[in-house]
Amino acid sequence: MKSKKKPQERVGVYICHCGSNIAGVVNVEDVSTWAGKELEKEGVVVARDYKFMCSSLGQELIEKDIKEQGLTRVVVAACSPHLHEPTFRNACSRAGVNPYLFEMTNIREQDSWVTTDKLEATKKAKSLVSAAVGRVVYQKPLESLFVPIDPNVLVVGGGVTGIQAALEIANSGQHVYLVEREPSIGGHMAQFDKTFPTLDCSACILTPKMFDAGNHKNITMLTWSEVEKVEGYIGNFTVTIRKRARFIEESLCTGCGVCWEKCPKKVVDDVFEAGLGYRKAVYTPFPQAVPKYPVIDHENCTYFQKGTCKACEKFCPTGAIKFDQQDEILTVKVGNIILATGYDLFDARKIPNYGYGRLPNVFTSLEFERMTNAAGPTMGKVVLRDGVTQPKSVAVIHCVGSRDKNYHNYCSSICCMQSLKFAHLVKEKTGGDVYQFYIDMRTPGKSYDEFYQKIIHEGVNMIRGKVAEIIEGEGGLIVQAEDTLVGKQRRIPVDMVILSAGLESRADAKEVAQKFGISCSADDWFIERHPKLDPVATMTDGVFVAGACQGPKDIPASVAQGAAAAARVLSIIGQGEIEIEAATAMVDEITCVGCKQCVASCPYQAIQFLEEKGKAYVQEALCKGCGTCVGTCLPKSITLKHFTDEQIVAEMIGAMRVMKSFEMTEVA
Amino acid sequence: MYEPKIIGFLCNWCSYRGADTAGMARMKYPPNVKIIRVPCSGRISPELVLRSFREGADGVILLGCHIGDCHYATGNHRTAKRMPVLKKLMEYTGIEPERLYINWVSAAEGEKFTTVIKEFTETISALPPFVETMK
Repeated sequence: MKSKKKPQERVGVYICHCGSNIAGVVNVEDVSTWAGKELEKEGVVVARDYKFMCSSLGQELIEKDIKEQGLTRVVVAACSPHLHEPTFRNACSRAGVNPYLFEMTNIREQDSWVTTDKLEATKKAKSLVSAAVGRVVYQKPLESLFVPIDPNVLVVGGGVTGIQAALEIANSGQHVYLVEREPSIGGHMAQFDKTFPTLDCSACILTPKMFDAGNHKNITMLTWSEVEKVEGYIGNFTVTIRKRARFIEESLCTGCGVCWEKCPKKVVDDVFEAGLGYRKAVYTPFPQAVPKYPVIDHENCTYFQKGTCKACEKFCPTGAIKFDQQDEILTVKVGNIILATGYDLFDARKIPNYGYGRLPNVFTSLEFERMTNAAGPTMGKVVLRDGVTQPKSVAVIHCVGSRDKNYHNYCSSICCMQSLKFAHLVKEKTGGDVYQFYIDMRTPGKSYDEFYQKIIHEGVNMIRGKVAEIIEGEGGLIVQAEDTLVGKQRRIPVDMVILSAGLESRADAKEVAQKFGISCSADDWFIERHPKLDPVATMTDGVFVAGACQGPKDIPASVAQGAAAAARVLSIIGQGEIEIEAATAMVDEITCVGCKQCVASCPYQAIQFLEEKGKAYVQEALCKGCGTCVGTCLPKSITLKHFTDEQIVAEMIGAMRVMKSFEMTEVA
Repeated sequence: MYEPKIIGFLCNWCSYRGADTAGMARMKYPPNVKIIRVPCSGRISPELVLRSFREGADGVILLGCHIGDCHYATGNHRTAKRMPVLKKLMEYTGIEPERLYINWVSAAEGEKFTTVIKEFTETISALPPFVETMK
């Protein structure tokens, strides 16, 4: 690098105040004056500071300087490039400077917001600006590559979010593969009885949507299936799906139900009935299941376990039972993926003092949902575990596993409303007393607080305090809690307790995230691209998240996100082609020794070895620009465009130049 | 007491965003680290680390995604294998191996990022300036 002459460029430097976000800590005027003077020999011809660089006026300032001062390089020191790099790249582009000749340095998230001392912060800002200027003169113009978008879409998860997303896309005329792990779509919503705050029947509003999805000509429904592998990139994903054997020939099955009527084997239904009811070994989870075809549960089927029975086969009128059916492996090509994998319920057994699993009349919220459901195991009757006794008093406990540093710190967002709904249903069905134990009542949302007021007027006892323990006594249960509004300990005898268990990420969320190349938060919720402005996209282009897999959410929010993700996908499909990473790797054939180290290091099999030449070759459309090959290449024959050694070294020299000069001035 | 100069190579997808997360939460840490954003920790060759020392750095910190979380699937596997070898080589040539530090910081781990930076700055401050050790 030393032997090469430094390029002669005309650099413009722009320091953003970001209101007081930056200017309140960093002396921005000092930084811009300093850059204009001290970095002149590095090529800086203009250095300015401005209130909001990202505003249209700020961008016009850059465009004007490019045209009038003949700038060939632009540096903006402002917020994180993850926020505004595209903004300024576009501004440069509009004024005729290639977007890759722009460099952004982060003096907000990584300086003014994290540094206490104002002098130190200003010094760090100078160092960062100097580094960016050092780098930018070595940057080269790059042209983006465009690839066509496959219009097919994969939606993973057939809950209400996934159904909504699939329907939106299918209705627009594009094809959707809807993959669901369970035998039927519907998700958690299909298990509920009533929905808050309108108290309309969950199944009544969901099943028409399920039916539409099941019969849509543009939706290929793959239930009892799971995604095994995802390869490729936005516009061109290849997805491998395992369609597990149902042991039912779908083309012959009419869904008549004779098989499960005749099946002699009863199994506790832990999934759909939350352990409260039974199903057969051949079953559909619920009567309105979509698709209508049952599955045979291999682990519990008498024939599979003992070798005899075949009752279902004997009675099936269409001969649809196929005991020799095998798992099918399907490969589909899609351009975009929406993950709507939902949530798991917090396991209330983890809190031993609440006695769930030990005290029979302590129920979870999901158990209660099934109990109040007219199609559920008790036909909608609210009864104790014995199945007959109606409770005279019921306690509903909020925040079980949420807002608790021992389990989950976050608020599960739906439990307050759900608990109020339970209170109403108990009152309606039993007329008994209801006690709500809450920490804070959280009812934001349209018509939610009105619902809360209504429940209070129904005569529900509200006790503000966290429950310490639930014990047996006085012929029932005793709930021990501190009433923080009165400042006293209370012991309330009740017949039944409902634990409003929090929502948590799916047990295999991390594994799924890895499969699709996205990341998880500390609590294993999928991370969106931006918490406010890009809530359904992820850092991986072409992979979107919607619904509760991104964080606890109620039905309206989940449906909105499903539709939002669909809109994002349709906007990409509408573009027809998409720009892919321009900063790809490149092999210098003269110095390449053909050691194939790069071929082995590439995570994308993007590097080919040209046998006839004995050289490596990068296939640009497959290269994602990680640079792992560059870090591996011993003779330094591979260059990663936009992250060349030359640029990185210039950046570090730039940064340390300031650190050095400061030390000297300080000593002097 | 001198002010150590530290170069921080951060991957664009996890660690750089982890640093942004620390900023958004207004966590404070010493200003000695100059962050250089790279696509993946796997981009950093041993030569670039050594070059940082030659250009005047007293310490180099290399942060990437957690193993299994790499945006590029396995880029950080290379880092995990490569850098311990470099540390051995540094030790052999008389450079304190603790001047190079490798860790994994996710986009959500603003707090971990802050802790890591604080601790590494302390480690480097306790060592003499790099140029002196080379005399």
